This record gives sequence, structure tokens and C-alpha cells, in this order.
Amino acid sequence: MSQQDIQAPFPGLFYRRPSPDKPLFVEEGQQVEAGTVIGLIEVMKQFFELKTEAAGTITAFLVEDETVVEPGEAVATLEVV
Amino acid sequence: MIRRLLIVNRGEIALRVVRAARELGMQAIVAHSEADADSLAVQQADEGVCIGPAQATKSYLNIDAILKAAKDVNADAVHPGYGFLSESPGFARAVKDAGMVFVGPEAAIIERMGDKAMARQTAIEAGVPVVPGSPSAVSDLDEALAVADSVGYPLLIKAAAGGGGRGIRVAANAEALREELPMAQTEARTAFGDDRVYLERFIERSRHIEVQILGDGERAIHLFERECSLQRRRQKVFEECPSPALDEPTRDALCRSAVALAEHVDYFGAGTLEYLFDDTTGEFFFIEMNTRIQVEHPITEAVTGVDLVREMLWLACGERLRFTQQEISRRGWAVEMRINAEDPERGFFPSPGQVQRLVWPTGPGIRIDSCLFDGHRMPPFYDSLVAKLIVWDECRDSALTRAGRALDEFTLEGFATTAGLHRRLVDDPEVRRGAMDTGFLERWLEGEPASTESSSASVKEAVS
Repeated sequence: MSQQDIQAPFPGLFYRRPSPDKPLFVEEGQQVEAGTVIGLIEVMKQFFELKTEAAGTITAFLVEDETVVEPGEAVATLEVV
Repeated sequence: MIRRLLIVNRGEIALRVVRAARELGMQAIVAHSEADADSLAVQQADEGVCIGPAQATKSYLNIDAILKAAKDVNADAVHPGYGFLSESPGFARAVKDAGMVFVGPEAAIIERMGDKAMARQTAIEAGVPVVPGSPSAVSDLDEALAVADSVGYPLLIKAAAGGGGRGIRVAANAEALREELPMAQTEARTAFGDDRVYLERFIERSRHIEVQILGDGERAIHLFERECSLQRRRQKVFEECPSPALDEPTRDALCRSAVALAEHVDYFGAGTLEYLFDDTTGEFFFIEMNTRIQVEHPITEAVTGVDLVREMLWLACGERLRFTQQEISRRGWAVEMRINAEDPERGFFPSPGQVQRLVWPTGPGIRIDSCLFDGHRMPPFYDSLVAKLIVWDECRDSALTRAGRALDEFTLEGFATTAGLHRRLVDDPEVRRGAMDTGFLERWLEGEPASTESSSASVKEAVS
């Protein structure tokens, strides 16, 4: 078991839901596969999916839904199986 | 008279309105988000007032915060620019109810022309051609086939509740229509919860041509047309005034139809009527109206000599139109190139960054509308448009040559932009001939030498 941070690759606004009336992509404590979408980053009116690179458990989100992220900022923690 | 104008927008258009207001002796106050506190528009304004955090929903779209700021700074009028709340009837109404002047049409006109079905109906009433199709939703196959007989094939089957290109199917002939119609209805029901579909003639290759108008509530005038056929993902990239596709009788008929529609609704302020133009038949069809100033307004200003934003402010002050139609004439040709902070080499990936070095082109016929300055760090939260390069010359060919010269002079270091794309476009033989339709640019980009897509495996474009 090891922990890794999932980082924002570029600046923008981070969203944990596909749209305001939809459920969260993933909950804290949820198990995920490699390539699972955990959020969206909006930069200049374009949306990009933020995905996991390995399977494991998302133990924590380190930024709030709909907040500003900087490039390289840790968005969530993944405990890799 | 307007004394203190609150400008509720950002970027180059906020600065554009600041300039017009100051020239008219008005105090220009820019309402800005926390992310835009040091913008050039705020620097050039008489005052700035913060209306909330970076997210547009919490600032530029937050009507309560804007009204509070307007009250705090004693504004007596509000200019919405383009985008954001510029076509929100609720905002126009709220500004008026708060005792201020909204620089634009009445909420009722915004409402009427903002609804596509209502705008289409209004155009028909005013005798303006619309894309031939079913007058309303078709209920069954027999009705659809009857409509198809009069409209002709190919046809678009469009979901009444669809939008933005979703819920559209093409039927090439009656056989296809029999097959596609029930599928389109089922799809519309599952996608939009509404199975109504209507039919429209499918014009495979068309141009986007639009007419600029000004109205004072009784009388309207046109300021000729702009052609905006060079688009990517339905976003305009390059515009010109006039259109190279129109002969004089067609231009006259098109512009007159726009005035007829504007006068039919007692239009007030600056507005633009958008049309599809079918090159093969020479027909034009009204599609929608924008009840605000547009991004590409400067090319009309370059060719007619009329300052559109100044006229908007005059009209909002209660003045009548200052021109008759006969006083509006065209001279020469103007093009506008939208410089976006996007990397054409990486699939137009957004490229916010800090301006390291900036040299604007100058000389005859050049105008720059931009909020960039040396050292400016561009916020990643908004539109990628960072500059508009507007070039005028006596004819189209020399305007394109001059545009190339201007782009050669332009230097911006710090982040990628679409300037290089424009440099290649203005030399393209098809563009030179004016042989464009709204699909031209995307076909042209596909034919360009292979560009390197974003290589990051964890980042995939999800939504355009």
C-alpha cells in the first residue's frame, strides 16, 4: 500500500460533479479503478477530466468542490492497492 | 444623461466601453471579480468595484452582488458588454427596477428575440425569410412527408428541446425520413423528455452573415453586414466586413430585411441579426438575433466610421438615432482576427500564462482591442480571447496583405496563441478568393500538417 497525490495538471476551477444537479464523481473512501474520473478542471471555458492513474481507494479530497486549483496542487489522495 | 456608468464585464470589451464612456464625459466604473482586480480595464477606468470571487457564477453572473455594487458606487446606468448577463432579461429588468438605465433593449425584447422559436415567428411576421421547414413540430410520418415535399431534401430532423447541435439527424430522402423520424422521436424523448421534432431544410454548405443594426425604439438603421464563416466548433475565429459573397442587390435585400425586423419589434440599442447564406442559390435565412454589442463590432466601425459603443450610450441617454440610413456608407474592407490563448499545435489546448514580452503591430489601418499588458498574468477562469487585431485597407486583398504584415510585427511571449494560425490563414488561396463556408476552417485544420495532440494520458478533453 502506498499513498499518492492526484495533482491538477494546469490551473482552473475544480469540480467534483459532472454538473450541479448530478451526484459526485467519487466519494471519499470509494474504491476506484485506474482511469476513473474523479473530477473536472475548467480552464478558459473548456472542461478536462481528472483521472486516476492506478487502482485503489480515494481516501481524501484536499480541495473543495468548485474552487480554484493551481498547477501541481494536490487535489485528492489515492491509496494504491 | 448618464453620469456614472457601471461596466459589468471584463477583458477587452470592458476596456472598450470604458473608452467610449470617458470620451462622452461619463465616469466609467468597472465591476470586476477578485481575479480581475489588476486588469487593464480596471486600471483605465475612473473606478473599480469588486463584485465577488473568480468564479463567474459568484461575480459576473451574480445579479444581487452587481446591484449592491451599483448602489455602493452610485451608478446611474449599467453596460453589460457581451456574454455573461448581456442577454439576460432578468438582469435588464433588475437594473431598471433598481432605478438605473440598462444600456440595451427592454427585457421584453431580449426575451422575445432570445427565444429561437419566438424569434423565428417574429421574423416570419416581419416578412424576413427563415430556413424553410415545418411551421411547428410534426406529429406523424404523413405530416413529415408532406412537409418534406414542400421543403425538399436533404432535411434536418431537430428535437424541439435540443440545442447546441444536439438532437439533430439528417434525412437525405423520403426513405431515410421514414426510417429516421421514429428514431429521432424516441431519441428526443429519452434525451430531452420531449419527443417533439421539427423539420428544417439542410443547407450543407452555408456562410454565416450577420447585419449590424441600431434602433431608437421607433426607427432603425443597418450598418451593413459582417461575414463570420471562419469558425471552429461554432466559435467565430476570423470576421470581415463586408462579406465577399454578396452582390449589391442581395446585400441591399439582406440589410433591408434586418431593418424591417428591427422596426417590427421597435428595437432599441445595438443589435445583430444572424443569417445563413446559401452560396449555391443566393438565398439568405434569418436564424437568430443578438440583442447586445458583439465581439466583432470593430470591423463595422472601421468600414462605416460609426462608433457603435458611443451610439449605444447616446441611445441609452434618451437621444434619438443620430443618423439616417443615407448617411451610413461603406469604405474599404476590414478583417478581425481573434487572438485566443490556445495552442493550435496541441488541439487548441487553453494556455493561460504571464505576458513576458509584448509588441503590438502599429501603422496604417491597424487597431488592437486587448486587455494584455507586459507582466499581465491571465486568469484561467474566463474566455480565452486575449486580443482582437482589426485591420482596415481599401480593398479585401490589401486588407489581407496588411493583416499578414501586422501579424509579422506582433510578438507575444509567455504563452501560446492562435496568432500563427491567422498568419497561415491570411495567405491561404481559398481564403484569398473568399471561398469559405462555416465548415471550411475545420476541414482546413484537418488538412494541415499533423499537429501534436496533448500527450498527457490522464487528461482528456471532456467537453468543448
